[in-house]
This record gives sequence, structure tokens and C-alpha cells, in this order.
Amino acid sequence: MRILACFMPATSGRARVAGFDVLEHSLEVRRRIGYLPENIPLYGDMTVVDYLGFVAEVKGVGRAERRRRVGEVLERCLIEEVRGKLLAQLSKGYRQRVGLAQALIGDPEVLILDEPTIGLDPRQIVEIRSLIKSLAGQRTIILSTHILPEVSMVCEGVVIINHGRIVAQGTPEKLTGELSPVARTQVRVAGPAEAVAAALGRVPGVLRVEQATEADGVGVFVVESPRDQDVRAEVARLVAEQGWGLLELRPMGMSLEDIFIRVVAGEEPAAGAPGEAG
Amino acid sequence: MRVWSIFKKEVRLYFVSPIAYVVFAIFALVSGAFFYGYLIDYAFYSMRAAMSPMLAGDLNITEGVMRPLLQHVIAVIMLFVLPLLTMRLFAEEKKVGTIELLLTYPVRDGEVLLGKYLAALALFLGMLVLTLCYPILVGSMARLEWGPLLSGYLGLVLQGAAFLAAGVLISSLTENQVVAAVATFGILLLLWVAPSLVANFVGSELARILAHLSMLEQFEGFAKGVIDTKAVVYYLNFTLLCLFLTLRSLESKRWRG
Repeated sequence: MRILACFMPATSGRARVAGFDVLEHSLEVRRRIGYLPENIPLYGDMTVVDYLGFVAEVKGVGRAERRRRVGEVLERCLIEEVRGKLLAQLSKGYRQRVGLAQALIGDPEVLILDEPTIGLDPRQIVEIRSLIKSLAGQRTIILSTHILPEVSMVCEGVVIINHGRIVAQGTPEKLTGELSPVARTQVRVAGPAEAVAAALGRVPGVLRVEQATEADGVGVFVVESPRDQDVRAEVARLVAEQGWGLLELRPMGMSLEDIFIRVVAGEEPAAGAPGEAG
Repeated sequence: MRVWSIFKKEVRLYFVSPIAYVVFAIFALVSGAFFYGYLIDYAFYSMRAAMSPMLAGDLNITEGVMRPLLQHVIAVIMLFVLPLLTMRLFAEEKKVGTIELLLTYPVRDGEVLLGKYLAALALFLGMLVLTLCYPILVGSMARLEWGPLLSGYLGLVLQGAAFLAAGVLISSLTENQVVAAVATFGILLLLWVAPSLVANFVGSELARILAHLSMLEQFEGFAKGVIDTKAVVYYLNFTLLCLFLTLRSLESKRWRG
């Protein structure tokens, strides 16, 4: 992140942002990015408006436009009510939003956000995420995070990097698809377990049926089928025809956590092992 | 343009923190106290001279009050106070981390440096302006020689510019403000007294070089009313060298990490 923002040099390899090398055309790159570092460093003795005014000036926003632009980001990042406060007095959530505001000033083509939701309370996280989502579409947003559900929520493309190497890349759906060729569906049925299992196995398209648990005449089964074939309708019809009770029918998507662990560890994760997001 | 925005930010930060006020107040207090002392001394001396005319020959208020004030008081206070003005310029930004954002904005390192340096210089000039009340006060009561006074002030400005440049350089090398201030003070003090350190080797090549490097020696002329181009060039060279090295130290961050 710091390399992309031209703050640190790369120990090896090259980085380009919007077609400009970060080392050779650092100034051109810096004209096109808005950067939100992980820990947002702010001048504690400045007020929010003064600070944003300064950033606008440094980013080359003309005098005439400055007021409007600052007003715009204040509104956009929901920090109007703290505009006159000193930066040192702001809570973590507000600091984060001021950080986002300073990154947004000057309408950069590329936004680089390093862990934008870390250290926030759940309500603030939701606010920041929706703010980030609202920014998408007009510009490229590069977001680094260790919170994987966040990725599935806000990102369109994912790159997993381990020890400086790209280990997986693509849309979240593509990653899930590539890594596990079969789709798994969890079915909970009230009925004789063995008969149900046998019946499920006969549904066209089903590759394998696995009985997970059984209690009080209710069985939980996991049905595997090719990813491009949806067997849920067939399963539901079958269960209904047999007069059993269909209690639950749920596709078991492979979460990004699973993918992450798998590609980083380079092997299948042990079932039920807690994932360590390094 | 960008230099101007950074300049404004730095000046504002000086005045929202107590630094500027403390420095101004202490500077005015100490120089005022010495001014008072010199003036009283001079008054006694001139009264004695009035009684015994033999002493009156070398009585001169510019030489008796203003010159020691500039040379022995203001120049020395600068030695103590200017490192305090420059210590935060880069060290604070590095400590707090704000440098990370600053250096990722589309500004050249030179613009950052110049903005910061000029802010410190402006504050220093403000301090000097405060001291103008002394010659104005003396001038309203006695006939002052304005020539040596002006050259003295020119010397102070040049010397201050050199001090500040050294301070900025050291501030860019550390992230601890106290270290920056103490190191700057130490180096300036050594440069100040360099020739007296080697007083025993008078006439040696080393002594001559050190004497030339000494700030004290260079300032002497200005205080007397002599504007020596050698001294002017010395101060300007010193300032530019320090600023150039600061620029390199900032740039090195981009490839050194």
C-alpha cells in the first residue's frame, strides 16, 4: 500500500498506478491517488476544516473551488458537525472519516484505502462500508483488509497476496468457483434417515450424499452436485413427494476464509480448524 | 503556490501551539533585560564622562549599547532559541506519522522543505522586528548611527538563516524533537566557538580554517558595520548547503524506505 502511494520504495519489482511508475513518475502518480493509511496521522492542532482546506490547497485545488470541494467531502463523509473541532479531539470513527475525506479531496482516479474499518464499532463499520460502496463506480478503489467478510461485501475483485506474491486473483465468485468444483447443499429433512439418504442419492445431478447428523428423526445431509447444476428444486420435489418434512435447504457457499486458508496454506484446510487470517 | 500553502500551514501550527508565544516572550524578555542593563551602564558612564571630560572621547551610544546588544545578546539568544523553532519541522511529522500523508500528496520535496524553512525564517524575522523597538527608543533620545546598526541587523538575518538551515537539516534526520534541538544547539555552539578551541595552535593551518568556519568570527564584521562579501558568502553557502543536504535526506526516504 505504501509502495503504491509512493511513500516507500519496493525492494524488488515495479509498481505502476494509472500507467505511471511509482518511483520514476512519483509526482504524476501522487496527482492521481487518494491515500488513507492504516493509522491515520493527523495534525492534532488543526481544525477539521482548516486541515481539509490545506489538503485541498496542496493537492492543487484552485482557490475558487476549494470551499465547495471541502464542503462536498465534509457532507459526503458525514463530518459536518465536527468541522470546527481540533483533529486531536476526534474519536476514532471521526478520524477515520476525516482520513477518508482527505483522500477524496481532489477527486483522485484511484483511492488506496489501508484497513479502512479497523478499530471502529459495528455501526461505524457499516457507515464507512456504505460510504466506500457509494464511492465505487466513479473510480478505482484499492482496499486492503484482513476482514474477509468485508471483501465479499464491498469488493468486485480480489487479490490474495502472501509473502509479497499474488496467490489468487479474480472476482469473489470466480475464486470460489475455481477452488471447489462441486457445490454443496445442506438439506435438513424430518424422515427416516437411511431412506432419505438413498432417495437423495437418486436425484439426477447429485454426486454424493453425506449424512452429517441425526437427532429426533431429523437428519442433516450434505448433497454435492456439479457447480453449474442446481439440484435444489429436484431435492425439494422429491422430499415433498415422499411426504417427509423439508426443514431446511441451504447452499453452502465456500467462504473467502476457506479460500484464503486454502491458497495461503497451499492445501486443504482441516475440517473445523479455526482459520488464521495472517 | 504549494510552497505558500505549506508555509501557511507551518506558521499556523507555530501559533496554535505554545512554541511561538514562548519563544517570542522569552526572546523579548531576555533581550529587553540586557538592553536595560547596557543602557543604564551607558548612562552612568556618560554621567562620569560629563564630570571628567577626558573620558568623553570614545563615548558613542551605537558602540556602547546597540553593538553589544546585537553581538553579545541577540546573536547568543538566537543560538539557544532557533533550534527550538526548527526542531519540530520534520521530527514531529515523522513521529506523528503525518509525513506519510504529506509525502503522498502531489508536492515536490523541495516545496515541502522550502515552505517549512520559510515559515521558520518568517518567525525569526518576527522576533527580530520585536527588537527594533530598542534602536527606535535609543534613536528617539540620542543620535544613532544607522549604518552599523543596519549592517548588524543584516548580519543577524544571515546568521539566523544559517542557524535555521542547520536546524532543519538535523530535524529531517531524527524523529525526536529533543534530539533535534540538542544536536542543532551543540553543532552551532561548536561552530560558534571553533577558533577558541584551538587558540593554542595560533598560526597553524587548522586554526586558520577553523577561524574561518567560526560563526562568531564572521559576525564580528557585521557588528562593526563592515559588510564583508566573504562573510555574506559564508552564511549563504552554509544555508544553501544545509538546505541541499536536507533535500537529499528527504529524497533518500523515497528509495531507502
